[in-house]
Amino acid sequence: MAQRIEMSGVHAYYGSTLAVEDVSLTIQERHITAFIGPSGCGKTTVLRTMNRMHELVLGARVEGKILLDDEDLYDPGVDPVAVRRTIGMVFQKPNPFPTMTVYQNVAAGLRLNGARRGRGSDELVEQALRRANLWDEVKDRLHRPGAGLSGGQQQRLCIARAIAVEPEVLLMDEPCSALDPISTLAIEDLMLELKERFTIVIVTHNMAQAARVSQTTAFFTIAGAGQPGRLVEMGPTATIFSTPSQKTTEDYVTGRFG
Amino acid sequence: MRGDRAFRLVVTAAGIVVLMILAAITIFLIVEAVPALRADRANFLTERHWSPDENPPRFGIAALALGTLMTSVLALLIALPVSVGTALFLTQYAPRRVSVPLGYLVDLLAAVPSVVYGLWGLIVLVPHLIPLSAFLADHLGFIPVFASNQTYGRSVFAASLVLSVMVLPIIAAISREVFLTTPVEQVEAAYALGATRWEMIRTAVLPHGRPGLVSAAVLGLGRALGETIAVALVLSANFDISVHILTPGGNTIAANIANAFGDAGTIGRGALIASGLVLFAFTLVVNLLARAVIVRHRNTLGAPR
Amino acid sequence: MITRGRRLPRWTPYAVAGGSLAVAEVTEKTTVVSGRSGVVLVAVATYLVASTAISAGVEGRRRCIDRLAGTLLGAALLMALIPLVLVLGYTVAQGMHRFDATFLLHSMRNVAEQQPGGGAYQAILGTIEQVGIAAALAVPIGLGVAVYLAEYGHAARLGRAVGLVVDVMTGLPSIVAGLFIYAFWILLLGFSFSGFAGSLALAVLMLPTVVRSTEEIIRLVPHGLREASLALGVPVWRTILKVVLPTALTGIVTGVMLGIARVIGETAPLLLTVFGNPSINADPFSGAQSGLPLFIFNEAQQPYPAAIDRAWAAALALVLIILGLNVAARLLARVASTVNRR
Repeated sequence: MAQRIEMSGVHAYYGSTLAVEDVSLTIQERHITAFIGPSGCGKTTVLRTMNRMHELVLGARVEGKILLDDEDLYDPGVDPVAVRRTIGMVFQKPNPFPTMTVYQNVAAGLRLNGARRGRGSDELVEQALRRANLWDEVKDRLHRPGAGLSGGQQQRLCIARAIAVEPEVLLMDEPCSALDPISTLAIEDLMLELKERFTIVIVTHNMAQAARVSQTTAFFTIAGAGQPGRLVEMGPTATIFSTPSQKTTEDYVTGRFG
Repeated sequence: MRGDRAFRLVVTAAGIVVLMILAAITIFLIVEAVPALRADRANFLTERHWSPDENPPRFGIAALALGTLMTSVLALLIALPVSVGTALFLTQYAPRRVSVPLGYLVDLLAAVPSVVYGLWGLIVLVPHLIPLSAFLADHLGFIPVFASNQTYGRSVFAASLVLSVMVLPIIAAISREVFLTTPVEQVEAAYALGATRWEMIRTAVLPHGRPGLVSAAVLGLGRALGETIAVALVLSANFDISVHILTPGGNTIAANIANAFGDAGTIGRGALIASGLVLFAFTLVVNLLARAVIVRHRNTLGAPR
Repeated sequence: MITRGRRLPRWTPYAVAGGSLAVAEVTEKTTVVSGRSGVVLVAVATYLVASTAISAGVEGRRRCIDRLAGTLLGAALLMALIPLVLVLGYTVAQGMHRFDATFLLHSMRNVAEQQPGGGAYQAILGTIEQVGIAAALAVPIGLGVAVYLAEYGHAARLGRAVGLVVDVMTGLPSIVAGLFIYAFWILLLGFSFSGFAGSLALAVLMLPTVVRSTEEIIRLVPHGLREASLALGVPVWRTILKVVLPTALTGIVTGVMLGIARVIGETAPLLLTVFGNPSINADPFSGAQSGLPLFIFNEAQQPYPAAIDRAWAAALALVLIILGLNVAARLLARVASTVNRR
């Protein structure tokens, strides 16, 4: 199921501004890879190039190659809709559809991909909610608005919605930055379970979080205002946090800069 | 602070003037309508005909009110899909460079005065509608609405079509504003699930915009109800109650006031004022309704207005 | 493995559109379909069917629905613009016949409806006077109401009531405004039909537009500006008059111009208050007057071609004035926004 992603020579633009310069990296399958770095270093942009969400911003475009198990995501014959269905995403702010119930939110993706109403869909919804560790909390209020849940529950609902369509990869853009510590822990536990099935990439500002959950860490930085973001180095999380090869990485992880 | 108090008093007085105007509209219309209503020998609510200056005076609002509702609702049915489609296209499909000038053009529809629409409807549209009406009557005539005695032209259908053009820019403008406030997070959530653009619209944009669309439609209806001159020019007035929208005839409260005012006597003008009071009540209810929808959904709509 | 979505190349819609037009031309030559509108209808139908079928075959159901939705929404925009083009096009084409010096400088006095010649001078004069007086009435009151709503009204119950009434009055049918002035000014107070009575009705219609647009502009004036003035010990009322309103001036002027453009085409209220007059009556305070919209309404109802020509010419004059006001308002708004940004 889970697959690896290979980027080589990726440049991302917003209009004529180069936001990210020459990123090449490999995301291991069934692994949690963390992207860390100061604000504005382009880590979220890199994340969004992986499921072609980047190009939704007006004037945004990508150069370079991104392969999902040897298949080029940006090949002209590839439908971005199919890419996004294969590579799911969870956002910084929990964003359940406000007019839908808990159940409808989880089923939203399924419905888009042609599932019919009925028992089959009930099971898939339950399965997704169980995998998101949310089932026990919401099984009695499946048909109430999703927006009525707490922030942490909403974020897990969004994770359930994303995994219900059985993606191969899950991209998470600072999924805990809007949550309290207890909800954050719940999401981190969940990520460790999910990595058994999915390839996960997480962007985080919280270095302790990167250290807790990820096996591999990529450090991005930016030379100065107006400069494009760059990948400084990438390696096993333990190495990056203890003996990084670059001085800037060390300065960042030890809190001397950024 | 003497100056401050005086200033505040002055502007507050201006606010009170507004309240007084609305109260005065209600009061003076009632005052001038009552004598005519007293003289009316027919039931004002159920009588179809409008002969207030005869002896005895007989007039009623039934045919007029029904005609008003029919033309307005029909106009709304025509305008709603076109204007919402326009707004969706401008906000979700067209690139910004194109959508802004195109948006101006749609807004310009609202700038053309109704008497010009009426002139165009009467001189240009009505003759060109005859073949279309004949086609509809020949092929769909088994549905009562499209049945016809083979005369076409200055019909409810023609009037509704002209009205729909006038309602369209109002609904399009409000819908556009509402669609533009769709939160980016919801749009992205839909795309990230692998939605096509249309599926994204159905999952994020339309549910978010629904209350706004409802009030836009209601405001459009209010505009159509009160529109006078275009309808007065396009319709060939009569006082029949008929569902045959393709044949000439029909009338509305507002058009009847414009057409009958010049020749009306004392009771006639009072009777027209009474009918205007009914129209006023219609539009008052409709506008309050639209406002209630907006106020109730202010939280979910995001942009207070 | 991505379920590979096969996509049609970018040029597909153009190719299908070209093909549909060709098919339509052929059907026009060979079958009962005739005329320009027939060709367009056949072409549109062919395009919808063909592009849907091709897309469904190659790209699958979801992409096909997406494409169809996009096509239909684009078609909705075209349908919305068609009447604008047609109405403006006819107005210009037909209006040119009589849009001359005679028309602009002469009245209809002693001109029978079936005769050619005659003009709308009395109507243009009447419109300028009526709308001018209406603006002179509505703008100061509207400004006052806007200041009240923006500066004092938010909390008070009276403020909410005023806001509600302004909203309701935005939807007031123009004929009801006319009836109101007729009932109040002419029947009750016993004045005669006059340009001024028309101005009263137009002012009622203009008021809510002026209030809403001005209120919005006043609210946009930065709070810091206000506080800077207050901190200097300037009283609130002087701050509003000397700082807030001047800052918002261009926006207010824009709002007033849009309000004028809004009521200058109103016919219904004039019918009940100004009544109409073929001769020149320069005094707005006594006796029936004419007005451009009224003039169009009267001429349009005549069965004579000469009258219809005059109606189109007057419509052209009216549309030119309104478009001019709209364009000027937009330009002013743009100038103002660039000045404020600096």
